[in-house]
Amino acid sequence: MSVKVATMPHAAAPPAPVDTRMATLRAIYIIWYRDILRFWRDRWRLVASLAQPLLFLVVFGSGLSSSLGGASAFGTKGGLSYIQFMYPGIIGMAILFTAIFGAMSIVWDREFGFLKEVLVAPIDRSAVAIGKALGSTTQAMFQGLILLVLAPLVGVTLTVPTVLAMIPLAAVLAFGLSAFGVALASTMKSMQGFQVVMNFLMMPMFFLSGALFPLNNLPGWMTVLTRLDPASYGIDPLRRVVLSASGLPSQVVDRLGLTINGNVLPIALEAGIMLAFGVVMLGIAVVNFQRRD
Amino acid sequence: MEVEVADAVIQAKGLVKRYGELEAVRGIDLEVRAGEIFGFLGPNGAGKSTTISILCTLLRPTEGTARVAGIDVVHDPAGVRQRIGLVFQDPSLDDQLTGRENLEFHAFIYSVPASDRRQRIDEMLALLQLTDRASSQVKTYSGGMKRRLEIARGMLHQPQILFLDEPTLGLDPQTRQTIWTHVKELRDSKGVTIFMTTHYMDEAEYCDRIAVIDRGQIVALGTPDELKAMVGGDVVTITSSQPDAAAREIEAMLGVTPSRENGTLRMEVPDGKAFVPRLVRELKAPVDTVSMRRPSLDDVFLKLTGRAIRDEEASATDQNRAMASRFMGRRR
Repeated sequence: MSVKVATMPHAAAPPAPVDTRMATLRAIYIIWYRDILRFWRDRWRLVASLAQPLLFLVVFGSGLSSSLGGASAFGTKGGLSYIQFMYPGIIGMAILFTAIFGAMSIVWDREFGFLKEVLVAPIDRSAVAIGKALGSTTQAMFQGLILLVLAPLVGVTLTVPTVLAMIPLAAVLAFGLSAFGVALASTMKSMQGFQVVMNFLMMPMFFLSGALFPLNNLPGWMTVLTRLDPASYGIDPLRRVVLSASGLPSQVVDRLGLTINGNVLPIALEAGIMLAFGVVMLGIAVVNFQRRD
Repeated sequence: MEVEVADAVIQAKGLVKRYGELEAVRGIDLEVRAGEIFGFLGPNGAGKSTTISILCTLLRPTEGTARVAGIDVVHDPAGVRQRIGLVFQDPSLDDQLTGRENLEFHAFIYSVPASDRRQRIDEMLALLQLTDRASSQVKTYSGGMKRRLEIARGMLHQPQILFLDEPTLGLDPQTRQTIWTHVKELRDSKGVTIFMTTHYMDEAEYCDRIAVIDRGQIVALGTPDELKAMVGGDVVTITSSQPDAAAREIEAMLGVTPSRENGTLRMEVPDGKAFVPRLVRELKAPVDTVSMRRPSLDDVFLKLTGRAIRDEEASATDQNRAMASRFMGRRR
């Protein structure tokens, strides 16, 4: 036996027991931080991500405004244009897409191997789901709120209280959808399901969310679907805040807002629904990640 | 191979892993001592990766037990993971991040104390000669640099055992050499035990001890020299335009049947230097070329299993290629 064990310095003694809760928090932090680093590093994506909302507002919005003309509910009554109506919806759209795409980057991490580094670490796997959900939440909030710079362009006046009110509402929407994305990603083993999610979940969620049209006076089946769409409960509060700040009478705001059986939902309740949805989704994701593969 | 228990950092008894009908690992016993470089050698599909995955707690054994760093892999997987470093067969770096950021990420999820973080990262970067590229994004690294970074990462939380699954797969020979130099250096300076798998026979020579695995079982275990001694003497290869006649003559002369591969005859003889002149002198069948060499681990594998590891490697490469094209096709 040629191994000279005795002459060799021994490897470090077994590490001191680690405080598990602190370890999980540290892991959540670094998983979140990695997402932010990557997001920040990818400047082109930041710029490119403004293109789609702009396209919607300028081309789609202007086009539809002209063809609707003054005959629509958005006409001269209350001085609300379609673009103004649509603007908070587009902020919601940016949040929706960024949140779900961001969370689904777990699937990329799986495909390219990095997820393994995280999954074999001696940490509670709930950290993966929570860290990732918070990472996407942050990115989505940023992508949504950066669109506030377009407010003057679409004729919306923003005040400091309006912006302050929008931050938590954007956060709740971003969190709910990020958690949803993480839950989806936790069930997907490859990128194959990605197109399916894109076409059969994200696009319908977007169209049914009230981002582009008021969710009232719709056919019955559609009314049901729009009320089942979690994004509806996140976009409606954003719109109420923006439209109220633009000086629109509250009856008009209510008439354009989300109702259930004709009752207007308070913003706090809507935010609560969104938050609860996010917590449930995150719970599903945690359970899925903790199952050992 | 009697090893004192106190010295063993890995002990496995009767490991079995079944996937339905398929038995990937069929009863593996082994003991790895503190501070040694232990090689797990065998063709693709022999059960190397399955065994290493069980020891790293990534897979549960169907039967059997294993203790790694004194901890049971089934009962306390997190305890094992805190004490081992892992370098996977497939890359697992974030190539958008820099080398240093990848190490920082690892330091956090392995609870490296904040006071040591920077110093340990710097030390590992220096040891694996990555200091000057530490601030570049990993996507700009060469294959060898990525591997070195993964080894640095695996060592960051000061594991007792570093597991390397095919650490040199897909690297050019010079880079493979460099990786090995680093692995040996780590063992010597850090006293870490190395457990590695490979299907490159020449790499197994770097190990202190080797287990040869075939079809889910260990077929031989020992130092490279001990294993080579199993072949017995020298390996003599001749080519002949009449291989059948030559084979018959050699069989009569030696009492052993040479193994055949097209026109090539291969035989193991105790004293090659004396045998070759006699062979050339006495053989009536025409001899085109003669070569003699010391046995390699390839010969050991051939002797133990009756197959050359190279054949399997080729078919495995084809499989990988097929898989790759399927993957690419899917992405399009």
